[in-house]
Amino acid sequence: MKVRLLDLAHARSGDKGDTANVGVIALREEWYPLLERVLSRERVAAHFRGHITGGVERYELPNIGALNFLLHGALGGGGTLSLKTDAQGKVFSTAILRMLVDVPDDEARALGLPAAP
Amino acid sequence: MSRIVRVAAGQGFWGDWLEAPRRQVEGGPVDYLMLDYLAEVTMSILQKQKERDPRMGYARDFLGAMDSVLPAVLRGVKVIANAGGVNPVACAEAVRDLGRAATGGERLRVGVVTGDDLLPRLDELLAAGHRFANMDTGAPLDEVRGRVLSANAYIGSGPIVEALARGADVVVTGRSTDTALTMAPLRHEFGWSATDWDRLAAGIVAGHIIECGAQCSGGNCLHDWRSIPRLEDVGYPIVEATAGGTFVVTKHPGTGGRVSVPSVKEQLVYEMGDPRSYITPDVVADFTSIRLASDGEDRVRVHGITGRPPTDKLKVSIAYRSGFKAVGTLVYAWPDAPAKAQAADRVLRARLDRMSLRFDEILTEFVGVSATHGTLAGTVDAPEVQLRIGVRSSDRAVVERFTREIAPLVLNGPPSVTGFAGGRPKVEEVVAYWPALVEKSVVTTRVEVLQ
Repeated sequence: MKVRLLDLAHARSGDKGDTANVGVIALREEWYPLLERVLSRERVAAHFRGHITGGVERYELPNIGALNFLLHGALGGGGTLSLKTDAQGKVFSTAILRMLVDVPDDEARALGLPAAP
Repeated sequence: MSRIVRVAAGQGFWGDWLEAPRRQVEGGPVDYLMLDYLAEVTMSILQKQKERDPRMGYARDFLGAMDSVLPAVLRGVKVIANAGGVNPVACAEAVRDLGRAATGGERLRVGVVTGDDLLPRLDELLAAGHRFANMDTGAPLDEVRGRVLSANAYIGSGPIVEALARGADVVVTGRSTDTALTMAPLRHEFGWSATDWDRLAAGIVAGHIIECGAQCSGGNCLHDWRSIPRLEDVGYPIVEATAGGTFVVTKHPGTGGRVSVPSVKEQLVYEMGDPRSYITPDVVADFTSIRLASDGEDRVRVHGITGRPPTDKLKVSIAYRSGFKAVGTLVYAWPDAPAKAQAADRVLRARLDRMSLRFDEILTEFVGVSATHGTLAGTVDAPEVQLRIGVRSSDRAVVERFTREIAPLVLNGPPSVTGFAGGRPKVEEVVAYWPALVEKSVVTTRVEVLQ
């Protein structure tokens, strides 16, 4: 079934030059392995295709149930050069949470995940 | 029960809540007040101010903060701030004078750290073979040398520890790392050696958690945001550290906001790169070693942190002039608000094209529809849309001409338009950021204690 990432995780994002970093944190620690499986680098790159000009890197922080993504070429040059409203990448956090992820029905039930409306 | 040292954060950036420093020293026991004023381009703004007046070039807000916390400082709370910007000595002298005026004596000892400013030495260093290559693009600094406004090395905890050891009540620095402002007093109090990597890393993580002020104690917190109480009285964070490197993040009783495991996690991932290698001048901290545990209401215990030796380089923050920009906005109302805003954008661009204005960049956004999430947001029948057009060019006149093309659209473009009361957009000079590395051996810091 389809599950909204918004119902699985919370997030915060920031900038480093023209790169946005997006930290995605499991709402429950036991949901982290699922996040690690479904939020692949490729999946996130596909989500932001057309929105960023560079590649995506992924780092794992199982100790806090979080993944950190670096989105390169995300900020229109970054810092003061950027003409974007979100020049500092502050709300890439909620842009990633718009993602819908596929979770097998059994697993979703076992983990107590709500189906996307 | 081992001894606890409390470091309170009172500013997360230049422009943060003016009341926060006083609230931090009056709301309960604290030993140190840590104030972080510097962001990447702040140094260049301060450099411009110093060019106009050689007594300026530091964060003036800091004097107001010092005035508001002076009674606490006189009873023993120490203050550490990177408010010195590109003129830490002038900043420290102003604090000393403020102390003299308030106490009628010379009781305030103000430590000042210098040596981070590489601007006066830049040509000598370039001639000696330091390229200051851009860390993002690899380009050598020669490309923009003539337009450089400021160049500062990020310095570590060492000189702050020295100032504290020499009895400073207030320590003023220039471009110290944000995290060193918190780690240094812990090093000083607990006598951590300069090679005690795990404890130094713990101090850095403590610094990272509180360096953005309330952003770890309920501010800008997405997790369960509706239930976060009384942000109008938000409590800024406090680190309660012990000699072993374990610490608790908390806030004063009775304040608003929330310190919770999720609020701390959100701040931990903020502006993170490779979590295994959080590089500072003092130590490389491993963020995958951090363990968090709830320690009661508004208390989070942080432990298990490991670190390893730092690199032989310091990061250098260089700012340079990079043309001009301006942003104009108009608001279009229902019905068909997005279509009207798009039509206005077409009209405007056609006029700009006809004048052959050459921009390095032009960007249109539709605020209320797609400005922050682009096409991920889908389509909406917005009740109103803000058309927001920005341009950038190395030629100021071109940007100036653009700013005169916005207002006419109110009467000669698509209908149902408002929101132009701000007048013509302002042309801003762009000061861009150039991150680089330099050998540590090049940078010599100095500590002076004024009285």
